[in-house]
Amino acid sequence: MNKAVAAPQQHTDVATPARITLVEAVNLALARALRDDPDVVVFGEDVGVNGGVFRATLGLQERFGLRRVMDTPLAENLIAGLAVGMATQGLKPVAEIQFMGFIYATLEQLISHAARMRNRTRGRLHCPLVIRAPYGGGIHAPEHHSESTEAILAHIPGLRVVVPSSPALAYGLLLSAIQDPDPVVFLEPKRIYRAVKREVIDDGQGLPLDVCFTLREGEDATLVAWGAMIPECLDAAVQLADLGVNVEVIDVATLAPLDMQTILDSVKKTGRCVVVHEAAHHGGLGAQIAATVSELGLLSLLAPVQRVSGFDTPMPLLKNEHYYLPNSGDIVAAVQKALDFA
Amino acid sequence: MHTVAEFSIGYRGYLNSQGVLGDDAPSASSAPELLVRAYGAMVLARIFDAKAIALQRTGQMGTYASCLGQEAIGAAIGLAMAEDDLFVPYYRDQATQLLRGVSMTEILQYWGGDERGSNFARQRRDLPNCVPIATQITHAAGAASAFKLRKLRQAVVVTCGDGATSRGDFYESINLAGAWQLPLVVVVNNNQWAISVRRQYQSGAATLAQKAIAAGIPGEQVDGNDFIAVHAAVSEALQRAYDGKGATLIEAICYRLSDHTTADDATRYRPAEELKQAWQQEPIKRLQTYLHQCGLWSAEREQGLQAEVQEAVAKAVAAYQQLPPAVPESLFEYVFAEWPAAYAWQRDMLRHRVARMAEPSDSLESGIEGHHSKGTSHE
Repeated sequence: MNKAVAAPQQHTDVATPARITLVEAVNLALARALRDDPDVVVFGEDVGVNGGVFRATLGLQERFGLRRVMDTPLAENLIAGLAVGMATQGLKPVAEIQFMGFIYATLEQLISHAARMRNRTRGRLHCPLVIRAPYGGGIHAPEHHSESTEAILAHIPGLRVVVPSSPALAYGLLLSAIQDPDPVVFLEPKRIYRAVKREVIDDGQGLPLDVCFTLREGEDATLVAWGAMIPECLDAAVQLADLGVNVEVIDVATLAPLDMQTILDSVKKTGRCVVVHEAAHHGGLGAQIAATVSELGLLSLLAPVQRVSGFDTPMPLLKNEHYYLPNSGDIVAAVQKALDFA
Repeated sequence: MHTVAEFSIGYRGYLNSQGVLGDDAPSASSAPELLVRAYGAMVLARIFDAKAIALQRTGQMGTYASCLGQEAIGAAIGLAMAEDDLFVPYYRDQATQLLRGVSMTEILQYWGGDERGSNFARQRRDLPNCVPIATQITHAAGAASAFKLRKLRQAVVVTCGDGATSRGDFYESINLAGAWQLPLVVVVNNNQWAISVRRQYQSGAATLAQKAIAAGIPGEQVDGNDFIAVHAAVSEALQRAYDGKGATLIEAICYRLSDHTTADDATRYRPAEELKQAWQQEPIKRLQTYLHQCGLWSAEREQGLQAEVQEAVAKAVAAYQQLPPAVPESLFEYVFAEWPAAYAWQRDMLRHRVARMAEPSDSLESGIEGHHSKGTSHE
């Protein structure tokens, strides 16, 4: 399923900008972290010789050796547990779960151990680990390879959930996730792994976690999204601009803890809010965001918060996935509905 | 068809239930000073355990998992391990933890429902108790990987029960330990019961030790009521780990003489006659008999030890009972390195909840007032 295989990212000590894809930015951040911090180790299924099924770890084992970049047996629960054990002994494990559809076996480790080790030992031990996983639909992948179940993870106290939407954000947020002293699940929108090439400077600088990024400013409505829904929102914004409607686009980036202040400030300005996610509707993070906007921003609202989402069905197989995934047309319609609200 | 591989599982036992030591017992594991120390550690574990149950029965502690009948295994692990090895427990490892510097007060505090009990003052590196069955074995594999990556001459010892060997975590971990030649010792406390499910219903395997064969690591059975045998097995396994020769699985056979926990009633499923038979095999009496026979023990020394242990336990219990309660705000203190700004309002919510709880129950009005106060908003 990985037709387009990127060339390996050549390492350079000079922080010259390079135009790279999102998955190349992931690779660049991993290489940077491995180079800058001897405690960082990368492991998972097929991450070594093969460089990962999406090539996110391409060339890393060759560069950093078998002790730093390891192929594990095929056991996701073990991978997460290994990360917990390593992290308690001072390593900074960055583990890959090959697809989000296989992350469920790690939930016990994430919920019962990684996310509460610091708390249950009153700070004696902690878990500075990162679990990376490609997520989301739109690449015609096989069954179980296209889900967006981030809300399950965002519900776990003590766990950070981070989703990049661009090469620069992937580089900066992944570096910050690795440096973070607590566990982070880093979900990579594989649909836009190679969608665009953007300038990224390999300067080792992380971008802040726990904050939203305002990608476009506008006065008429606030679009809130993450991951592969960001390009759809930006498309919708262009279409709406042609109609004379200026929308603000907010990339949530860190799904938990969720920076509601940026969203509330924006809604105060625009009076309308549309939350977009490709995950199923019921219990999705759109509900959390809409509820908080109504709790704390009710008087700024000129229309009810709109939600654009996937359906409460299993993710369809590839022939029907385009019916499931929200697109820019849905987003334009939702904004218009908010604008038309009496 | 021809045979491509053959395996066997050995059984090790030196000190029998009559307190008679076999000729093949290794001298290091049956050295007089070691045995006297082990005996003291086992007696301490048993008396402490009984006191912990009494505290639970009198409402002074939460649910507690007894280690009655597993003292030899715990003491053997604790005495075989080096200080800088890492211990990854399940939840019946009181004897090992006490030997590794976890205090009785901390153990009581943990079971008493206070997280501070796992913030071991002296033992800073060992993992805390692990309740979700077998999950800790993956952590042990991770820690052993860390030691190996750093080329440290240190090993990890992890314990689990017989029921844990049915879980994927167990297989996944020993499989990796074989593939990566990890410095890991896995000790299965086969106490015959996973709550109410008998060992033979847990697995069709003739021994649990043979699960090592599939993982490509050595496995053996050992008499878990024989301190000398467990100590020798763990010491040899540690030596292999230090020497870079990989992991070992030890199935230590004992009997859970207690209920599963204080919330369990084993009379519902465990025949009284079987329990009576198991008491004939228990680990402390046989070691005491042997020590007497060797002239290493006397009624006076026993009296002295009992008095000393009783006093130490009483002191620990008093310290536990006098611990000041944790402040409510500590709920937020250790979830992340820093409590996230996005959740700052939850501190106020708790403060208001605590304040309301302190109010007389009939002041409903102030309760409603509190609900609408600014503090509960997200501002």
